[in-house]
Amino acid sequence: MFPELNNLLNTTPDRAEQGKLTLLCDANTDGSFLVHHFLSFYLKANCKVCFVALIQSFSHYNIVGQKLGVSLTVARECGQLVFLEGLKSSVDVFFRAQAEPHPLQFLREANAENLQPLYEFVREALKPVDDGEAAWRCPVLLVDDLSVLLSLGMGAVAVLDFIHYCRATVCWERKGNIVALVHDSGDTEDEENNILLNGLSHQSHLILRAEGLPTGFCRDVHGQLRILWRTPSQPTTQRDRSLTYQYKIQDRSVSFFAKGMSPAVL
Amino acid sequence: MGAGRGKPRALPTRPQYRASAEGGSGADPGGEAGPAWSGVGGAGDVSRPRVSGRRTGACGLLPLPPTTAPNGSSGPSHSVEWEGRSLLKALIKKAALGGEQVHILGCEVSEEEFRAGFDSSINSRLVYYDLFRDPLNWAQTGEALPGGPLGALQAMCKRTDPGPVTVALDSLSWLLLRLPCAALCQALCAMSRQHACRGGGPAAEQLCVLGLLHRELHGPGPTGALSSLAQTEVTLGGTAGQASAHILCRRPRQRPPLETLWFSVLPDLSLDLQGGPPLESQPHPDPHTPQVEPASHLTFNLHLSKREREAKDSLTLPFQFSSEKQQALLRPGPGPATSRIFYEPDAFDDLDPEDPDGDLDV
Repeated sequence: MFPELNNLLNTTPDRAEQGKLTLLCDANTDGSFLVHHFLSFYLKANCKVCFVALIQSFSHYNIVGQKLGVSLTVARECGQLVFLEGLKSSVDVFFRAQAEPHPLQFLREANAENLQPLYEFVREALKPVDDGEAAWRCPVLLVDDLSVLLSLGMGAVAVLDFIHYCRATVCWERKGNIVALVHDSGDTEDEENNILLNGLSHQSHLILRAEGLPTGFCRDVHGQLRILWRTPSQPTTQRDRSLTYQYKIQDRSVSFFAKGMSPAVL
Repeated sequence: MGAGRGKPRALPTRPQYRASAEGGSGADPGGEAGPAWSGVGGAGDVSRPRVSGRRTGACGLLPLPPTTAPNGSSGPSHSVEWEGRSLLKALIKKAALGGEQVHILGCEVSEEEFRAGFDSSINSRLVYYDLFRDPLNWAQTGEALPGGPLGALQAMCKRTDPGPVTVALDSLSWLLLRLPCAALCQALCAMSRQHACRGGGPAAEQLCVLGLLHRELHGPGPTGALSSLAQTEVTLGGTAGQASAHILCRRPRQRPPLETLWFSVLPDLSLDLQGGPPLESQPHPDPHTPQVEPASHLTFNLHLSKREREAKDSLTLPFQFSSEKQQALLRPGPGPATSRIFYEPDAFDDLDPEDPDGDLDV
C-alpha cells in the first residue's frame, strides 16, 4: 500500500471503513497501481479478501505485492486470500464436465445472461467462518477488472446485476467492502462501458479516477488522480468533496503532489 | 435490453414504443391501445374504468399541491456529482408529514440505508418494497418479490389504499435498465388508472409518483418518454458548492413553466429553498484559481516611463518610407553626386600607375 495515498484518503489499515463500494477508474493511463494498493491495504488490515483477478497472473500480483510488503502466497495458504486467477481458470472451464458449476461458466455458454455463478463463488469465498474465532476483520471483494467482462460478451446490465448482488451480500449483509476497477476508454460510442461506469459511479462511496495528462506522456509526472467522496443517500449541504493530485509511480511507492508541484519542475 | 453473446456492444437508443408488441408485459389487462403520450383517445368520463388513452389520468401522475415547494415532481434527475436521493427523501418526508401514505420501491440501496435520516414517526408511515436484497431471485429462498421488478411495480399499484398517496421509485434508472421502456411507462400509467378506479376522486389529486433518474445512464429516447409522462421535471446541478434545481413544469397553472431554485437538504431531511439565482447566465469565476498578474515578480523591467514612451513614439524607423523621405530622394541634393574615397598610402604600398586591367580584351 502507498502511505501517501492513505494520507490523501485519510485512512489507515486500522481504521478502514466498512460497507463501502470504491470505484477505481482509469482513462488514458494504467490504473492498476490502485488495485495493488488496495490489495496490500486490505491484507495488512487483516481482512479476508476475495480477489477476482481477470487480467494478470497470480505471480504478477505476488511480485508487486512483495514490493509493497505483503506475500500473497502466504495469505492464500493461511486462508486470508481467495484468489480467482481468471487467466488460468478460464481454460479449466472447457476441460470440466459441463454440469459442474464454475465461476467463469459464462465463457462456455452461448447465451449466458447473468454472472450468477461468479456471484455464488464470491459469496462462498467470503462466507463467515463459524468456528468461533473471528479470524478476519471484514470481507473484501476486489475485482480487476470489470471492463473485461464486457469484452468477454456480458452486457453492462449483467455486470451491474453482479455488482448489485455483491453489494447486497458483501457490503450490506456482511459489512464488508468492494473495490472494482473499470476502464474509461473515453469513447462516447462505447455505450455499454459508459453505462457500467456511470451506473457504478452512482452507487459508489469513493471514486478514484486516474487520468493521463492531457498534454501527453511525461517522465516525471505519470498522471493525475481525482478523488471524489460521495454519500449516495445522506444529505449534504454542498457537493461531495473532490480533490485532484498528480502522481509519479516509482519502484516501490507512488508519490503524490499538487498540480504543477512536481519536484522535477520546482 | 438483456445481455447476449454475439450482440454488438451497443444498446439500442430507441426503445419500442408499441404497447402491443411487448409480448404481454403490458400492465393493462383490458388491452387498451395507444400509450398515453401519443395523445390518442378522447377525454372520456372520469368515473368509467375502461377508457382508452385517457390522457389526463395517465399524466396525472404528478399533481401540484398549492405550496411553494417544488413538490409533486416526477423526477429529480441527477448526476454523479449532485446526487438526488436526499432530495427524494426530503420530498417523501414532506408527503408523510402531510398525512399521505407513502409507498417506496427501493432497488438501489438497502432498506436500512434508505430509512436512515427519517425519524421513527415517519418511518412507521413508509411502506417499503425491498427490491435490493434479491431482485432477480438468485437466492431462491422464496423471500424475493414475485414477478421480478415488473411484478413488484405492479404489486405496488394493487396495494395502495384509496386516498392521497405518494409512490417513490428509487430508482427509475434501475427499472429502466432492466425493463423495456414501454413496459415501464405502461406500468406507471396503469398505476394512476388503478388508483383512480379505487378512490373516489380524480387521479390527479390522489396520486403522486416520484421517480429518481440518473441522467447519464440513458439515451434521449427513454428519458424523453419518461419526461413526457411527467408533469414536472427537476434536474439537479449546482455551482460553487451550492445545489440548484432546474424545474420544468408541463402544466403551468399556478407556477411558472421554467424555474431554477437554489436548495439544500438539511441533515434532518427538511428542504431549505433559497430562491432563484439570477446568476444562471453569469459564470462564476472558479474560486480556487485567483487572478494572477503575469508581469509581477519579474527581475527585469517591462514597463516604460512617460519620457521613454514619448521618445519611442517620436522615433522614425530607418526603413520607414515617409513622404518627406521620398521628396528628399527625388530632389537632387546640394552635395556631390558621387562619393569619394580618400586613400593615404603607407610605406609598404606599391603604387603602380598602370591600369591593372589593361591586358584584358574588354
